[in-house]
Amino acid sequence: MTLPFSYNARNVVVRWRSSAATVLIIALVVAVCLILQAMAQGIVSSTSATGDPANVIIVRKGSTAESSSIVTRTQARRIQFLPQVQRDERGDPISSAEVVVLANLRRRGGAGEANVSLRGISPAGRALRPQVRLAEGRWFVPGKREVVVSRRLAPRFEGLGLNERFKSGAHSLAVVGIFDAVGTAFESEIWLDANEARSLFDREQFSSVIVRVPSPADQQAMKKSLESDKQLRLLALPEPEYYAKLTKSAGPIRFLGYFLAATLSVGAVFAAMNAMYAIVGRRTREVGTLRILGYPRRIIMLGFLMEGGLLALAGGALGCALAAPFNWVTTSTISFDSFSEIVFKFHITPWLIIQALAFSFAIGVAGSFLPALRVSRLPVIAAVKAV
Amino acid sequence: MASSDPIIRLKELTKIYQQGEIRVTALDGIDLDIAAGEFVALMGPSGSGKSTLLHIVAGIDRPTRGECWVGDIEVSRLNESQLAEWRNHTIGFIFQTFNLIPVLTAFENVELPLLLTGLAPRRRRELVQTALDIVGLSDRSRHLPRQMSGGQEQRVAIARAIVTDPPILVADEPTGNLDAHSAATVMETLQTLNGSAGKTIVMVTHDPRAASFGSRIIHLEKGELIRESATPPGGGTPA
Ligand SMILES: Nc1ncnc2c1ncn2[C@@H]1O[C@H](COP(=O)(O)OP(=O)(O)OP(=O)(O)O)[C@@H](O)[C@H]1O
Ligand SMILES: [Mg+2]
Repeated sequence: MTLPFSYNARNVVVRWRSSAATVLIIALVVAVCLILQAMAQGIVSSTSATGDPANVIIVRKGSTAESSSIVTRTQARRIQFLPQVQRDERGDPISSAEVVVLANLRRRGGAGEANVSLRGISPAGRALRPQVRLAEGRWFVPGKREVVVSRRLAPRFEGLGLNERFKSGAHSLAVVGIFDAVGTAFESEIWLDANEARSLFDREQFSSVIVRVPSPADQQAMKKSLESDKQLRLLALPEPEYYAKLTKSAGPIRFLGYFLAATLSVGAVFAAMNAMYAIVGRRTREVGTLRILGYPRRIIMLGFLMEGGLLALAGGALGCALAAPFNWVTTSTISFDSFSEIVFKFHITPWLIIQALAFSFAIGVAGSFLPALRVSRLPVIAAVKAV
Repeated sequence: MASSDPIIRLKELTKIYQQGEIRVTALDGIDLDIAAGEFVALMGPSGSGKSTLLHIVAGIDRPTRGECWVGDIEVSRLNESQLAEWRNHTIGFIFQTFNLIPVLTAFENVELPLLLTGLAPRRRRELVQTALDIVGLSDRSRHLPRQMSGGQEQRVAIARAIVTDPPILVADEPTGNLDAHSAATVMETLQTLNGSAGKTIVMVTHDPRAASFGSRIIHLEKGELIRESATPPGGGTPA
């Protein structure tokens, strides 16, 4: 007992041009909301892709970012020699005590300044992150004032290009290499030697320790032994878990996305309503015909709700297409976890597309409600005599 | 045939349109019996109430007073959804303007009334094919209305009207928008439906040639039945 789907679907296909303005409005609304969600998703994706499940990161309990965490040298040594930590072929623990500091750097093109994360790593730090690969130049030599910069960061700040120099405080640092860290939080970092960083930035202590502990059982044991000692006040987390928490910056963007979706959708619903009033107005006699053939009001009503939904869905699909070029575009924002600049890519996931399409369909259905009600409530004789 | 039980019986049928101060009496106490199998042509000047009468018989308008019986059902007593279902299997409606759905093919247009019946798709296809065969358009089933001539469109509309096999066909100036040749084809189709399929037909027309296909001609004027004339036997063969 339904109108053939093709009846309403084909009307959309045949007549969408007359509703092109509405389709476009819905497309723009969907595109704007989708882009914001893709931005939030990009932050989530880049941080959550960072962690390696075989690594455990140890930071001070209660610190939200590595840059605000303190792990003393004694603690670092103790962690390093825990029995669970894997050792390399020479028998050394695979462990990196690291220092993360923020440096205020000038953006290229005179667009102000921003905080950038500098990470001082121990020799094992590179082995712990095989996803970070040298792309150009060479790695820094410990003991020299040398750094390696993420490929994404290099073009954004003054002096971060290969073989350039930049100043941090009184010190001048040389960029000797460029690394790739595709899709991870390391894309927002500058790397150098840990001891060099400690002396440059006058840090007695480390920020964090990263150790290789491949077995989840060992990870649990290690976590227990560290966290049960209340004196230590340390937190040990598998890396993926740690990075998954660093997505605070996604929150406000996501909220803005939902807020805009909520407000813009009101406008979009009215646009859809406008288009649907025009459509049912033009097809009143057709409705009369269907009623004469025996179609009851509710089926006519459902048909037009469906048609409005499909029309808006076309807008939604167009909106996704408009937003698509943003996918993988690199952008940056300030992190609400570390207050440093983070670089990430817009990430339009299939799930976001599904949400966007469902959102547009809902706009269409909502906008069709009153027009559909009006035309389906019309007496048959009035409908069939309409011009 | 006229001696069999009436399939349509109108008693004191009255329709008054009230628009502010103005009262228009479109039908003024019509008494009329139409027997099953009759082919009635309704004639009369513009505004005489022909369409109004047809609409009430077809269950798409309600009388102000009086009764309209079709079979043993008093149509004006049915509620809106009962009427819809009743129309679906009792009345085939043919419009002056064809009223095909422009985005649907001939086949799909004819299938529309069947989608409400719960018949299996295969059975529906058979019935649509049969209906299109009867009007001689089985080769046009995939054509859209705009790809057909007016006469063909009207014959598709007739196929749509008969596809649920309703006992009564109601046609409001079915040839009003057609050239003489197409009109003749449409009238021959209706005549066949009346003759071999036994459909009772009530048709409004201004065209005496079309009317001559009927077995009975009824004249309306100012909402009243003024005269009735039988057509000569064998009437309907255009001169
Ligand atoms: N909705 C309405 N409101 C007011 N008056 C109406 C309405 N519908 C019809 N009428 C009037 O009722 C009368 C009969 O109309 P009807 O349509 O039945 O005439 P008709 O015989 O079919 O005429 P035509 O040959 O021009 O189609 C006319 O005077 C018309 O103006
Ligand atoms: Mg009329």
